[in-house]
Amino acid sequence: MRGYLPDCDIRVPDSLAAALDLLAREPGVWTPFAGGTDLMVVYNAGRLKATRFLDLSRLSELRGIQEDETSLAFGSLTTYTEIRECRAVHQHFPNLVKSARVTGALAIQNRGTLGGNIVNASPAADTPPSLLAYGAELELVSPRGLRRVAYDRFHLGYKRMDLAADELVARIILPKPTGRSFHYFRKVGTRQAQAIAKVSLAAHARIEDGHLAALWIGLGSVAPAPVRARNAEAALIGKPLAALPIEAAREALLGDMSPIDDIRASAHYRSVVTQNVLGHMLRDLAGA
Amino acid sequence: MIGASSNRKEGRAKVSGTACYTDDKFVPGAIHGVTVRSQVPRGILKGIHFDDGMPWSEFTIVTAADIPGKNCVASVVHDQPFLVGIGEEITHMEQPVVLLAHPDRHLAEKARNAVRLEVEELPAILDIQASLGLEQVIYGADNLLKEIRIQKGDPETVWDQAAHVIEGEYRTGAQEQMYLETNAMVAVVEQAAAETRVTVWGSLQCPYYVHTALKQLFGLPDDRVRVVAMEMGGAFGGKEDYPSVNGGHAALLAWKSGKPVKLVYDREEDLACTTKRHPSRTRLKTAFDAEGQLLAIAIDFVIDGGAYATMSPVVLSRGALHAAGVYRCPHVQVHARAVATNTPPPGAFRGFGAPQSLFAMERHMDVCARKLGLDPVGLRRKNFLRRGDTMATGQVIREDLDLGGLMDRALDEIGYRDKRAAFALTNEEDGPIKRGVGFSVFMHGCGFTGSGESYLASVAGVEGLADGSVSILAASTEMGQGKNTVFSQIVAEALKLPYEMVDVAEVDTDRVPNSGPTVASRSTMMVGRILEDAAIGFKQSLVQQGFLQEPYTADSFRAGVRQAVATLGSVKCYGQYHKPADIAWDDATYQGDAYPTYSWACYAAEVAVDLDIYEVKVEEFVTVQEVGRVVNPRLAGGQIEGGVAQGIGWGLWEEVTTQQGRMINNQMTNYIIPTSADLPRIKVVFLENAHPAGPGGAKGIGELPMDGPAPALLNALVDALGPLRLDEVPMTPDRLMDRCEEVSHG
Amino acid sequence: MADRITLTLKVNGEDRSLSVHPFARLLDVLREDLHLTGTKEGCGEGECGACTVLLNGQVVNSCLVPVVQVQGAEVITVEGLAQGENLSSLQAAFVTHNGAQCGFCTPGMLIAATDLLNRCPNPTDGEIRDGLAGNLCRCTGYSKILDAVHSAADGVAR
Repeated sequence: MRGYLPDCDIRVPDSLAAALDLLAREPGVWTPFAGGTDLMVVYNAGRLKATRFLDLSRLSELRGIQEDETSLAFGSLTTYTEIRECRAVHQHFPNLVKSARVTGALAIQNRGTLGGNIVNASPAADTPPSLLAYGAELELVSPRGLRRVAYDRFHLGYKRMDLAADELVARIILPKPTGRSFHYFRKVGTRQAQAIAKVSLAAHARIEDGHLAALWIGLGSVAPAPVRARNAEAALIGKPLAALPIEAAREALLGDMSPIDDIRASAHYRSVVTQNVLGHMLRDLAGA
Repeated sequence: MIGASSNRKEGRAKVSGTACYTDDKFVPGAIHGVTVRSQVPRGILKGIHFDDGMPWSEFTIVTAADIPGKNCVASVVHDQPFLVGIGEEITHMEQPVVLLAHPDRHLAEKARNAVRLEVEELPAILDIQASLGLEQVIYGADNLLKEIRIQKGDPETVWDQAAHVIEGEYRTGAQEQMYLETNAMVAVVEQAAAETRVTVWGSLQCPYYVHTALKQLFGLPDDRVRVVAMEMGGAFGGKEDYPSVNGGHAALLAWKSGKPVKLVYDREEDLACTTKRHPSRTRLKTAFDAEGQLLAIAIDFVIDGGAYATMSPVVLSRGALHAAGVYRCPHVQVHARAVATNTPPPGAFRGFGAPQSLFAMERHMDVCARKLGLDPVGLRRKNFLRRGDTMATGQVIREDLDLGGLMDRALDEIGYRDKRAAFALTNEEDGPIKRGVGFSVFMHGCGFTGSGESYLASVAGVEGLADGSVSILAASTEMGQGKNTVFSQIVAEALKLPYEMVDVAEVDTDRVPNSGPTVASRSTMMVGRILEDAAIGFKQSLVQQGFLQEPYTADSFRAGVRQAVATLGSVKCYGQYHKPADIAWDDATYQGDAYPTYSWACYAAEVAVDLDIYEVKVEEFVTVQEVGRVVNPRLAGGQIEGGVAQGIGWGLWEEVTTQQGRMINNQMTNYIIPTSADLPRIKVVFLENAHPAGPGGAKGIGELPMDGPAPALLNALVDALGPLRLDEVPMTPDRLMDRCEEVSHG
Repeated sequence: MADRITLTLKVNGEDRSLSVHPFARLLDVLREDLHLTGTKEGCGEGECGACTVLLNGQVVNSCLVPVVQVQGAEVITVEGLAQGENLSSLQAAFVTHNGAQCGFCTPGMLIAATDLLNRCPNPTDGEIRDGLAGNLCRCTGYSKILDAVHSAADGVAR
């Protein structure tokens, strides 16, 4: 264990107001801390710069999954296990269940949170591609009030986000798919479980009259942050399922990615395999 | 007793959480050690600087200048320092330079980063090619840590006349043992009346290796050094030679501070600096006649030995002796070299050189079969060793050996022919999933190589305890393989006592004799046999001294032992290794009986490849092996299954990625060993053929399962995908994609 | 820089109260302060599962939990699985089926398997593999662990 414990401090506010107050008073000093499944790994390795933490785990305001007619709203402290076990999520957002199921293993799923997965901002995170595919919106809270931001505009670059020093992610809101929809999620990890994604792709489509009326594709591990595959989407939207331009979409996908070589996979592998996974998704879609 | 699946002796302690591993040992007043390591692959150490702001006066600091005895780790070759001194050469990125200890382990860890080493860098060589090419001379005159030649007949006379000459080059990567318990040591040094006494408790396979290393480090006689093996959380060879290094480090800190010291590596350090399986490159040239009969084999086998010799000479030897595989061949030449590089030295890992050279041979046989237009089964069957044949060293196969039968059993178990036929059809269909089956046939030599067992001259014993039970005295360690259980079964069988009446003594060099290192698939066969002799001697001496009458019951035996102990104070009987009369070996010429015997096996794998993502799934895995008499089928099965899991990992996923010779994926997240979701059930079949040299007919088993999986898997991949250049492990998805693209791009 | 806190929690059914640094890892508090050394550190990165404990009935990696988050909680470690001298059916099955080889992954594996059987009393091979996927074992190849879990499940079912 290489973190230096005596330097560390952690505060445990008992209300959201108290937490926001501390964040606002000392901007940039306190690092929000939820399930610890990312921060503690870096701390244990002695590579965590932050030493002061704000424990959110007692903030009931950030918990729970609320359903209304048109959407599901996830408190940012919703764990992967809670996602896996929620009937409404299974019904409306099957990709999100699959993403949660392949995040680490059970001990991680019991502790890790959806909000943490978002703000840790790893390009390889497992739930963001699904959130992108479902057109998620984030509700951010600060002493200045609430603001909403579309999730596909939240990540600004590698570990850079549209999130002020005094803001917390309060809720993640997913609009329920309407009409006839298609869902696809695939993670290509370093192994079958307890794995980090080398490539992941989530897609959600609305099908009308045998055509692709709408399509959202989220990609992981192929750019500095989770990204929408807007070029590939554009190549496909409006096309008939019976004649999807698979080759054109694969080609367009190259414009959506900027993969790098790292210790888990080469840029070339990431790029080819993401194209192949898109092809696999489109074959599934054609048969839907 | 032999042949029963007795429960593991230490099983209850292990499932209760009471088994005491090194870091579990409660040591009041212990200070915590850390190691400051070089951060360049090669250079001259010019100075050591301690940054301001750290309370250095509270620290125990050890450098090379402090070492009381020889600054040299006792090993096969005496070339590695415990610590690099100022003015001396740093030879790899993780070389220990300074040792620190402090009562607060957090502060000790922080201080590690406050020591700066001033180094004049020198150009480094980092791989086999650079070392053979003598880009820099970093070791001796020629960068060779060891060179071995084995000659039988003369392949040079064959090449021109043979119907077919087929060449190939094969590579294997480093592999991490990834025992779940990292390396750990506790040391105490007592100094009273000018007498120094060093005691080390640790996670270690070979107590007497550490004992020897400590004696040399401190310049002390035998009886002033004590080494105790704690419960061990896996080893697989990784705690064979390295504990001499970190054991010495812990002892140095304890000696300098006068306090008990705990030195426990975290996972990152353990992965970066401790030993791995040697990377290898094998070039094979084989000649066949028109019918596929093997006429000649020439093998150029090279392993990367890193910065110091460590176990490389003996790893190379085992690799060379297995390189020609299980085939009869009149002309064989093996040229084997271990080369030095500026990388942390590799060491022992289950299989010890044999998995590397056997991977090459068993892949090559499939390549040859394809080129000869034969099937892999037929080509092997034509060329298998049989009773009366001679191996490359001239060793004659004296036992009944039916490798064809062994192979057929494995192929039947996996349904080889039906599956090949079915997959040939389904693989033609569209869709990304392609399936294949493949296999390998191989052997593993039991015990130390060549005259090793004679040099070791191992001793083990049996002792009667005051309660009338029997205790086993041996320095062989329990690392999970089941030594405690199997030794107890062997002694219980020899004495015709219930298993519960026999147990093993704590492995403490003050108490147990040197039964040799716990390595080389030798404990059951070699030490077990010595114990069998000791047990019989123990019983005979009880009878001769009137404490026991035959026939006896467990109760009368217990009473006899009690009485003997009460009368004599202690009752022990030792046995020692005796070289079987019919075994001969010449170290100079590499001729003779390389091993007293071999275990034999055929492993078969079914794989499914997803060509969208180049992921390989092992659908089925069958192992058939002849290992002599099986002492404990359930434990033996566990050994095979676990070894196969490591072999599959090595074949498909486990890659050590380096930068300047240092491992950079040194976390469990990034060094990919299989989880429960990655493996199939592994089928284990034992064909028993009792061997006279082992206790109750047992042979060695521990390393065998590491040898077969990698070639079987890659042979299966070729069956699934066609003749790709699958000449390297691990065949990771990235690499498999590249090899597929070689074909599609012409 | 943080003040120590008084941590009160229930460990293996027993109420414990101790003074600790709030950011100390649960793993270290169990091992060093409470001398419950059955829980092991294999990686310190939440990958191997050797430090798995039950926290309020859920499996967690204790190397990733700062103790401030277990204030008032209930923790079960491997030492809490047996009833006195009587091993739990899973512990007994691990002994008879050779589910523990080196034993270092065993405490975490047993905790994860206990949790699995609580949630899923008669698991298939696939469910066991899924439930134990966060617990790495380097010795067994997992088959004997699967055997042990099946055997304990059968015992429970009877």
